[in-house]
Amino acid sequence: MLLVVLEHDRGAMDEAAREALTFGRSLAAQMGMPLHAALIGDDDTDQVVEAGAFGAEAVYTVVNDALADFGPEAWGEATAELIRRLEPGAALAGGSERGNEVMAQAAARLDLPMVANCVDVQAGGETGEWTMTRQQWGGSLLEDARLVSERPLLTTGLHTVAAERAETAASPSVEAVEIDLDPLLTRTMVKDRVVLEAGVTLSTAPVVIGGGRGVGTAEAFAPLEELAAMLGGRVGCSRAVTNNGWRPHSDQIGQTGTRITPEVYIASGISGAIQHWVGAKASKRILAINTDPEANMVVRADWAVIADLHEVIPAIAEEIKRRRA
Amino acid sequence: MRILCCVKRVPAPGARINVTADGLAVDATHLGFATSPHEECGVEEAVQLVERHGGEVTVLTLGLPEAAEQLRYAASVGAHRGVLVATDGSAWDPQRTAAALTDAIRGLEASEGPFDLLVFGNESADSGGFQVGVRVAYALGRPIVNGVKGIEVDFEAGGGVVRARREIDGGFEVYELPMPAAVGVKEGINLPRYPTMRGRLASKKLEIAELASDAEPGGQSLVRLHRPRETVTETEILGNGPEAAAAVVDVLEELGVV
Repeated sequence: MLLVVLEHDRGAMDEAAREALTFGRSLAAQMGMPLHAALIGDDDTDQVVEAGAFGAEAVYTVVNDALADFGPEAWGEATAELIRRLEPGAALAGGSERGNEVMAQAAARLDLPMVANCVDVQAGGETGEWTMTRQQWGGSLLEDARLVSERPLLTTGLHTVAAERAETAASPSVEAVEIDLDPLLTRTMVKDRVVLEAGVTLSTAPVVIGGGRGVGTAEAFAPLEELAAMLGGRVGCSRAVTNNGWRPHSDQIGQTGTRITPEVYIASGISGAIQHWVGAKASKRILAINTDPEANMVVRADWAVIADLHEVIPAIAEEIKRRRA
Repeated sequence: MRILCCVKRVPAPGARINVTADGLAVDATHLGFATSPHEECGVEEAVQLVERHGGEVTVLTLGLPEAAEQLRYAASVGAHRGVLVATDGSAWDPQRTAAALTDAIRGLEASEGPFDLLVFGNESADSGGFQVGVRVAYALGRPIVNGVKGIEVDFEAGGGVVRARREIDGGFEVYELPMPAAVGVKEGINLPRYPTMRGRLASKKLEIAELASDAEPGGQSLVRLHRPRETVTETEILGNGPEAAAAVVDVLEELGVV
């Protein structure tokens, strides 16, 4: 069986888990094995039903005081113990920050290799030698890798596969697995959460207005803010902007910032270096505003305006006001 | 307090990354090198913690002798000591890297006493294995949390704790790790300082301890690197000035976002 470890936040399934289930379904078919799923720290029916909708034929739940909230060590040990007992042909998680972290914890505990952020996997046959293609540089470069392991532990590159339900939903069997966890492992459990802003965030906004070095100053972001507010979106920025201290790092789009997935990304004054492109490329559509027609961002955009953003952004806001009036 | 930072030397790319003819490395002919961004912030954070609480920052890297440049850079912004685990420069897999770092840290701690905090980058900018810090911390029995974008050290609470903030959508989570502890930090935890002239001069005198490693290769190995197939996008030019606004709003209306 192929085991997919489901990422969730206090019972709400993460998109990365759906992506892993989708990827896992085709990998399980390739291996000629059924798809099973593991639910750590939750046994809620909603998640079981959803895993079934993605084709999981069995769901193992592990509920325990040490798993009352997320904690990488307890989740990693629970995952490792499930893998020891179930002996799956391979285990897979979504390549989100938590997904990679929990799988790394499990790999360390099992003393097995782990291959992060795979985009394509060829299961090993009798030889046990697997080959896979995985992301380097946040996906700007791909690595063909070879893996020799009795039990491959993998994650799927975030947003490299679109979550898709199975043609026919499965009604998974549910098995509650009792695992004794050392209370010491709760030393890394979440202690507290602080909510700074409610509503649409950079990673969930349907429209993102990005500003780069071309914006010039912190103050010059005001028209971008205004346009974003009119469209129910959020302002993001490039690494050059945060390095200059014009915006907080939480606004940064890129390999070391947020990966955005809006309906449309309006990238203004952004050249489109690798660092930024990695975070922007999952946008459904891109509109670039730049004075340089050869800029990487312009070349990769669906639409472009070759002009000064300081003139174009306010003009767009005016045009929207005029049409709404 | 005693802090150890692990850093990695990586190429500093712009708009495109090319691969060498044998497919085994990034073609760095026209590129500079830098400290992987998360780890550059890790060094800055360690230096700030020591400025606040006193102590010493040791920076550890694994690679060719050239990686000493990254240790000297760390010294130029305030780190005190540098340690290089020498390799042949080939791509070491995550298990082997973690084993070599674990051995090096064990050796340093045996001769000089334990580190209160181990600082790793959440993942390296290049190979991005997302596991070396976790493996080292597990091997040494230290608690570790990844994705850290804020650190406070409290020596008063329960024998000493590290309060770590981890960014989530619209806010952050708080963790409290008993020391000795480890963290995987992310860029944005601080804005790294630039070296001062005095720092640069001091870094030239940094004595770098060199260690060898007999760590065995793990199960994952590099076959070749290649660039992803590029989807060619036909870019429609909507205009060359503010008068393009009408065409832009037409597009936004078509997408249903106005």
